[in-house]
Amino acid sequence: MSAVPDALSVTDLRKRYGANEALKGVDLRVGEGELVGLLGPNGAGKSTLVKIACGLVGPSSGTAEVAGAKAGSAAANAALGYLAELFRFPDWLSADELLQLHQKLVGSRGGAAERRELLELVALGDVPDRRVGHMSKGMQQRLGIAQAMLGDPKLLLLDEPTSALDPAGRRTVRELLETLRGRGVAVLLNSHLLSEVELVCDRVIMIARGEVVAAGTPAELSHAGGIEITTGRGARLFAQATREDIPRLVRELVQAGEDVYEIRVIRSSLEDTYLELVGGR
Amino acid sequence: MSGVGIVAGFALRESVRRRVFVVVALLTVAFLGLYGLGVWRVSREVTEFGDFQAGVEPDTVAGATLLGLAMFATLFLGAILAVFLTLNAVRGDAERGLLQPIVVRPLGRATFLLGRYVAAAGVCVAYTVFVFLASVVITHLFIDWWPDRLLTPALQMGVAVAVLAALALGGSVLLSSTANGIAIFMLFGAGLTAGLLGQIGEALDSDTLQDVSQVTSWILPFEAHYQDALSEITADSSGFTRYAINLGPFGGAQEFGAFLWPYTVLYLSAIALVSLWAFRRRDL
Repeated sequence: MSAVPDALSVTDLRKRYGANEALKGVDLRVGEGELVGLLGPNGAGKSTLVKIACGLVGPSSGTAEVAGAKAGSAAANAALGYLAELFRFPDWLSADELLQLHQKLVGSRGGAAERRELLELVALGDVPDRRVGHMSKGMQQRLGIAQAMLGDPKLLLLDEPTSALDPAGRRTVRELLETLRGRGVAVLLNSHLLSEVELVCDRVIMIARGEVVAAGTPAELSHAGGIEITTGRGARLFAQATREDIPRLVRELVQAGEDVYEIRVIRSSLEDTYLELVGGR
Repeated sequence: MSGVGIVAGFALRESVRRRVFVVVALLTVAFLGLYGLGVWRVSREVTEFGDFQAGVEPDTVAGATLLGLAMFATLFLGAILAVFLTLNAVRGDAERGLLQPIVVRPLGRATFLLGRYVAAAGVCVAYTVFVFLASVVITHLFIDWWPDRLLTPALQMGVAVAVLAALALGGSVLLSSTANGIAIFMLFGAGLTAGLLGQIGEALDSDTLQDVSQVTSWILPFEAHYQDALSEITADSSGFTRYAINLGPFGGAQEFGAFLWPYTVLYLSAIALVSLWAFRRRDL
């Protein structure tokens, strides 16, 4: 039994909005320093799950704990940082003032040094005095990530943190997530961008219709898709073949008089698995 | 700094940055200027009346009536301030996504509500007391009259807007900004109408009208405090002067006794409990 509680532990979590059951008994855990991606279509219950974890929404039944404390309690909220999918910061505050306010709210003693470091981390170090109202949506989103990181939280709940970012901004956030992993901060990343989740997450949890439909590492959730061999007659796909079949296949093709130019092991992407499990359009 | 202080400071800083207080200050100066002009004009006419009628003190009648008018306007201005500082504090801000980043911090929802209330009520009470006292001074500058009581009515005017601020903040938990604003102004109007009915009842000697007014004022105690404050400024008047004041639009105000104070504390506590209960149950 581990002495350190999970950063996030959810057991048989259910949430009902009238006749609609948004969560139907979800179990999941995010270990210390683990980066977990949460995937699922719109309306799957991802945001509800994240909101229950940070105490914005109360569960109908089941439990959610943050660093061993009941979700929504002061102890739980002190241990987490949160960036909502649809958020706004007061447009009259500057970036530095916003972080200062949240430092007070979270009880951080990091002072100006912490604010400066976080603004640098999210590539806003050159605009600490710019007002939120004068920032692009992408800059606000990066500022949101910085405010979520104040006070060295054990768990970061990021709900679509890159939805408004350009490719450079997404790369900044990816690098940031790697940094956080290095610092031992657990992250639950709710994102629609499967490639991003595949790139950075240790584990992926897929939710559909309020239930967990798959969980595992990105490698576990991506499966073999056959071997593609390009010969003088063009590319041919051996759909059932695996990496172990390559020598035999090449031998047979050469014996049949074909020239082999390229061999590629096909793995289905996370996207393929996702579409299989939650249903594509 | 405590959580309440942080939230209250944040709310006040927002009002400063959004120039709320500049607008309020400018309009208040305009109001007090117009009031001063009105009192000056009336003071000249009172002087022309000479002795008025035997047994009636014209300065007292004119001063009490004009200050009553100023108190009505002050309560109205205080109510506007109370409503607009609080009407979107919870549901409105939650719908705009402004509330969530603050509420997920470890300060707790009760602390957040209390901080917002301290900021709004503090500003409204200070503003109302200041405008009331300024009106008293302006009245005295042109008419040689001081109200019979000064501090108690000033405090009661402040408490009246503090009750309105509590209602508006509590309403912001349950209602959208627009619905909350409408609801609070309708309650405010209902209270004033009840007070007016009571004064008419006093003039007509109608127990029914006075009972309706009393009950409504207990349900909406900002009106009870306003009525009490009105009656306090002429508490020592008697005889024909009293009669003349009662005939005016702000005479004949009802008194609610010492029990009004503990009742107001209970009333505010009940609003706080219901608001917090609803806020804790609300999904954001």
